[in-house]
Amino acid sequence: MKYTPIIGLEVHIEQNTNSKMFCGCSAEHFLVKANTHVCPVCLGLPGALPYANEKAIENTIKLGLAFTCRIAEFSKFDRKHYFYPDLPKSYQISQYDLPFCAEGTFNSIRIRRIHLEEDTAKLQHTTVDGKKVSLVDFNRSGVPLIEMVTEPDFHDAESVDVFLKEVQMVVRYLGISTADMEKGSMRLEANISVAPGELPITELPSYKVELKNINSFRFLKKALEAEIKRQTEALERGERLIQETRGFDEKTGKTISQRVKEEASDYRYFPEPDLPPIVIEKTDIEAIRHNMPEFPAAKRARFAEEYQLNNEFIEVLVSEKSKADYFEEGVELGKKVGLSPKFIANALVNLKLSENMDVAAFIKKLYEETKVAYATHEETERAIHAVLVANEDAVAKYKNGKVEIVGFLIGQTQKELKGKGDPKLLPQLITSQLQKK
Amino acid sequence: MPILTITELHEKLKAGTVTCVQMVEHYLSRIKAQNESLNAFITISEEYAYEKAKAYDRIIADNPNAFSEFPLIGVVVSIKDLYLTRGIRTTAASNVLSDFIPQYSATVVQRLEHAGAIVIGKTNCDAWAHGASGENSDFGASRNPWNTEYVPGGSSSGSAIAVASDMSLVAMGTDTGGSIRQPASFTNLVGLKPTYGAVPRYGVIAMASSLDSMGHFTHTVEDSETLFSVTRGIDERDSTVKNVTYEPFDTSKTIKIGIPKEYFSEGLDPEVEKVVRAAAEVFKKMGIELVDISLPHTKYAISVYYIVQPAEVSSNLGRYDGVRYGNGRECFGAEAKRRIMLGTYVLSSGYYDAYYGKAMKVRSRIITDFKEAFSSVDAILAPVSPTTAFKLGQKANDPLQMYLADIYTVAANLAGIPGLAIPGGFASNGLPIGFQLLGNHFSESILFELGKRYQKVTDWHTKQPK
Amino acid sequence: MHMSLTHDETVHIAKLAKLPLTSEEVDHYAEQLSPIVDYFNELSEVDVDGVEGTSQTTGLIDVLRPDEVDDTRYIPNEEALGQAKITHNGYFSVPPILSKDN
Repeated sequence: MKYTPIIGLEVHIEQNTNSKMFCGCSAEHFLVKANTHVCPVCLGLPGALPYANEKAIENTIKLGLAFTCRIAEFSKFDRKHYFYPDLPKSYQISQYDLPFCAEGTFNSIRIRRIHLEEDTAKLQHTTVDGKKVSLVDFNRSGVPLIEMVTEPDFHDAESVDVFLKEVQMVVRYLGISTADMEKGSMRLEANISVAPGELPITELPSYKVELKNINSFRFLKKALEAEIKRQTEALERGERLIQETRGFDEKTGKTISQRVKEEASDYRYFPEPDLPPIVIEKTDIEAIRHNMPEFPAAKRARFAEEYQLNNEFIEVLVSEKSKADYFEEGVELGKKVGLSPKFIANALVNLKLSENMDVAAFIKKLYEETKVAYATHEETERAIHAVLVANEDAVAKYKNGKVEIVGFLIGQTQKELKGKGDPKLLPQLITSQLQKK
Repeated sequence: MPILTITELHEKLKAGTVTCVQMVEHYLSRIKAQNESLNAFITISEEYAYEKAKAYDRIIADNPNAFSEFPLIGVVVSIKDLYLTRGIRTTAASNVLSDFIPQYSATVVQRLEHAGAIVIGKTNCDAWAHGASGENSDFGASRNPWNTEYVPGGSSSGSAIAVASDMSLVAMGTDTGGSIRQPASFTNLVGLKPTYGAVPRYGVIAMASSLDSMGHFTHTVEDSETLFSVTRGIDERDSTVKNVTYEPFDTSKTIKIGIPKEYFSEGLDPEVEKVVRAAAEVFKKMGIELVDISLPHTKYAISVYYIVQPAEVSSNLGRYDGVRYGNGRECFGAEAKRRIMLGTYVLSSGYYDAYYGKAMKVRSRIITDFKEAFSSVDAILAPVSPTTAFKLGQKANDPLQMYLADIYTVAANLAGIPGLAIPGGFASNGLPIGFQLLGNHFSESILFELGKRYQKVTDWHTKQPK
Repeated sequence: MHMSLTHDETVHIAKLAKLPLTSEEVDHYAEQLSPIVDYFNELSEVDVDGVEGTSQTTGLIDVLRPDEVDDTRYIPNEEALGQAKITHNGYFSVPPILSKDN
């Protein structure tokens, strides 16, 4: 019996705006002294009111456009109610039925929705005077948080991993977040069940296991693999699987149950009365779209076609927008001094010559090195001689009239000279040595 | 005769016949004499008031432009204990916040103080503004200065008492379902409920976020207008305040007043009806046309209000968990618990559509009623409460009966329109009866104009309790 | 007497609202709230076909602020913590949390 995993993702992205979502406190909280970036609003004091951050909304729309979502013409915030010490108002201002972005696709995964909400405070579990306590820091409370939910379109752990890495790259390209798993500016949750049969699965299983508190792509991949195994084996044994939350134990490589949910939470959503709704005109969307960068996928394709670079080079250069921009600036400058894109790419990727240098300086240096680095005439003649000795049949071919063989011999000579042969001189020098033979 | 208006106060301050310090001393002695029996104040900021008074006396002496730079200079104001006042205890009249000292002040408080007003204390109210009698306070019920066996009205009970019994010149209140207009009507004061979105709510403990209006009590309509000119206007901390230019009223305009037939049905005390009809006559004599109008969805306003308001209350009171401030949720009083439960219920899964969802739609209908009315009239004249002030304890055991008495006030909050309660006469038992004028959004200038004209030809507002 | 709010429903609501109630209080509130909830049934008389619900009366839209830090409203750490019953080293302190209820 074949079983197919059904996996969906929920990704939270903490924005890197200057200020928080609903107040003017700095959104900076990493390594900031606890409870120092706080005000009546993010502390949830009596009488406080929210005031929405325009940039945070724009960033959310940018992400939606990057994933080809439909952007809502009319949107609003809603209150999501639950009690927890990291939630100062006992409701989170989030979005319920009219999210900013919906129904997109990315790498053939359907994106259900992308919405905007406020982050919660940070809890630290510790012991004080022998007693267990939780310490609360509201510096993070109110930071703009994007939530992205996919449809359960994944059917294996590898494609989840590939997808998440690409999402991370896109988010960084947009400059809306550092999307750093370690710093917590990108957080992952997956829900996974296993259905009998092969794709397409027409009836989704009645249960879902939520994987939470996993803070790296690597561990998520392992957790998913472990879960697929666990669930498949259970079903094969005829067991029923229950709706629950599980975490990942790195030491054992297994998932462990954290909580069994008996009933869905009742968040009592209703429209946030303190925040007027948001109307997004088509012109607003176009203006935002106009300011978006070229994305990794498009850039990869273009680099392959325009610069004829190999995949290895492309991956490195495209991995960060700043690297790709640096490369292309270099190509522009390099044109003027006869440096090819491939040459520049190689220098950037393999030789790492560009550290801490501005592009113009880098190209200048590269140009100088290539000029100076030509092998001496004597070295060149010696190399050609060695190549001709090692390639007697090539010499013979030349003597038989196959003049094109010179190209091959140029290549061999460059190899011998470790690339330092002056391409302008080599053909002539090789030909003259051949003719002397 | 006590000083009853800002104009009179400023005349005397300019003439030097009275100083700010003397005014503070006067009100403090009135408070000391009466607060025990009336229970209007929860916190008295004696030293704070003295400091401000001394500072303002210096300004008056040194600055020739003092009265134009500080339009409320020397005005002693008492503040409903829902408004946060930095450094001065703010309790919402609840045991949950019995020792809460706020770290910031409400925008309105800041504006009043920048204009030269002197905060003398925080007034008692129904806890969390939940009530219409002043009996729901965790700090004890307060009493009507006209007859201490009777309620002063609520929820802004203490503020009404303070002004009515000369314990401050003016007072701030909040009106979510009538909590300024009703106590004003019960204590012979002018009470303004501004348009929702006219005055910032930042720093005021929220009751129902889409209904709360920040208003005030004065003796005269003129003073009400002066205070409104200081408190109104956009606030960068409140995204629900509208940027509006308030044009002065064009006195050449003819005005029409609508009389809504649904507000004169059974259940309206004949003495109250008499006062309101008499007020209508006064306006008619001025040459104002009275027009019969209909507000057909009036009877549903109570259901809509008691769904929407508790829903928002249950949400707004969630933050009181005793962790960052205040005491635990077990300290909520009975009425607060009742409203939190009711609100949670109407928002809960399976009930949202039938209650909250439905209420939002009927609210739209109520708004349309007013929109249609205001296409043919400039203002609406109506009673404030179906009865005059009742005795303490009379309604305490039947929450529904208490709620039903809000019938004439809640619709204005649901629609977000302004209402001005004005003293209009007295009942045979000596208790005051007011009436109200309702206007379209941001039409306060029409209401003030009508009110001022009314007070020129009547003198109810000058009467004082013994 | 038929009660629109049963004992169990009231217990559930009190739990959702995090209000600690005794069993007597639960019965008391169920008894008081039931007639109020019944009263709401009159809304079924109102035709709301095609009517959009109103949640705000100002008609405002797009009230947004620029992404700038405003340090004038910061509450210093000591003041922020000053109203809390239990704090520790600049943090608010609460009894240990087992799991999030969401």
